[in-house]
Amino acid sequence: MTDPLDTESQRKQIIAKRNRAVALSLGALVVLFFVLTLVKFHP
Amino acid sequence: MAQVSATPQSLPLPAGWRDFYALTKPGVISLVVFTGLCGLIAAPVRIHPVLAFTAILCIALGAGGAAALNQWWEADLDAKMKRTKGRPIPDGRMEKISARDFGVGLSAASVLIMGLMINLLAAVILLFSIIYYAVIYTIWLKPRTPQNIVIGGGAGAFPPLIGWVAATGHISLMPIVLFAIIFMWTPPHFWALALFVQTDYEKAGIPMMPNVAGEASTRKQIMTYSVLLLPLSLVPWWIGGTGAIYGISAALLSGLFLALSIRVGTRRRAGESDTMKPEKQLFFYSIVYLFALFTALVADRLILAQGIAA
Repeated sequence: MTDPLDTESQRKQIIAKRNRAVALSLGALVVLFFVLTLVKFHP
Repeated sequence: MAQVSATPQSLPLPAGWRDFYALTKPGVISLVVFTGLCGLIAAPVRIHPVLAFTAILCIALGAGGAAALNQWWEADLDAKMKRTKGRPIPDGRMEKISARDFGVGLSAASVLIMGLMINLLAAVILLFSIIYYAVIYTIWLKPRTPQNIVIGGGAGAFPPLIGWVAATGHISLMPIVLFAIIFMWTPPHFWALALFVQTDYEKAGIPMMPNVAGEASTRKQIMTYSVLLLPLSLVPWWIGGTGAIYGISAALLSGLFLALSIRVGTRRRAGESDTMKPEKQLFFYSIVYLFALFTALVADRLILAQGIAA
């Protein structure tokens, strides 16, 4: 049988990795929007 | 009020980021990005590289969102087929609702960014292509008609059109021809695959052409589409949209495509032990064909543009 503590730590690990992926994607979008603003609206 | 407390044992593990990535069908996205980029480069208008990158990103996000919605809807069918049963939902690694929300989120983000940062027409076509693939094709027509692949071909044909419109802001004859080329290419490509994975589609109850109309009819139709593809692939040259580099490449590539299709079209399966080599060759060549044809288009346009500049 799987140890519940192992499953719990696995769950935490998966969620932490997912959070990092979301944070990276959002960070990349912020940078993209910043660069796009410069390109489109800077005279 | 009673509180329901979930113990760690009772909860399944959450889906990881790799499962969400797999949901977007990265292999398909690579082809979508490639043809979208070709449409954008082949357009007669140059746009800022950052805007070009954003347009391609939006096309990729939109395709990923549509793929996620497709897997959300087809999870039960996917579980019945060897090729697809390892996908995140049928494999039990992800809940259906997560796939649906992820698909809607990606699709909405792609259309919104395209509309705000590139142009409205490109955003409208992108939105239509997502609805076309996720709703018209996946939900409505795929389970109902053996012509599903012909109709689905429309969804895959949108990227070069969107890429072109992202650069120019309007639709002209050339991107419509590019759309038509991919549309005409899709049936022989998928029916060749359907011929050698026929049993899988049958098991899932999807009315693929070989199951419904029979192998002989499918083989004839593969030939018909390939015959039509040959002159169609030359239209960009005839209308003056490209030069001889594309024209000669298209003639050679489409000629070989037709030859392989004729081989598939004029043979019959030699019993259960048949390895279906010609069908497999046609399927794999069809992928090479599309990459090579669009590479020739871009090479031609870049060389033509350099010649004009000089």
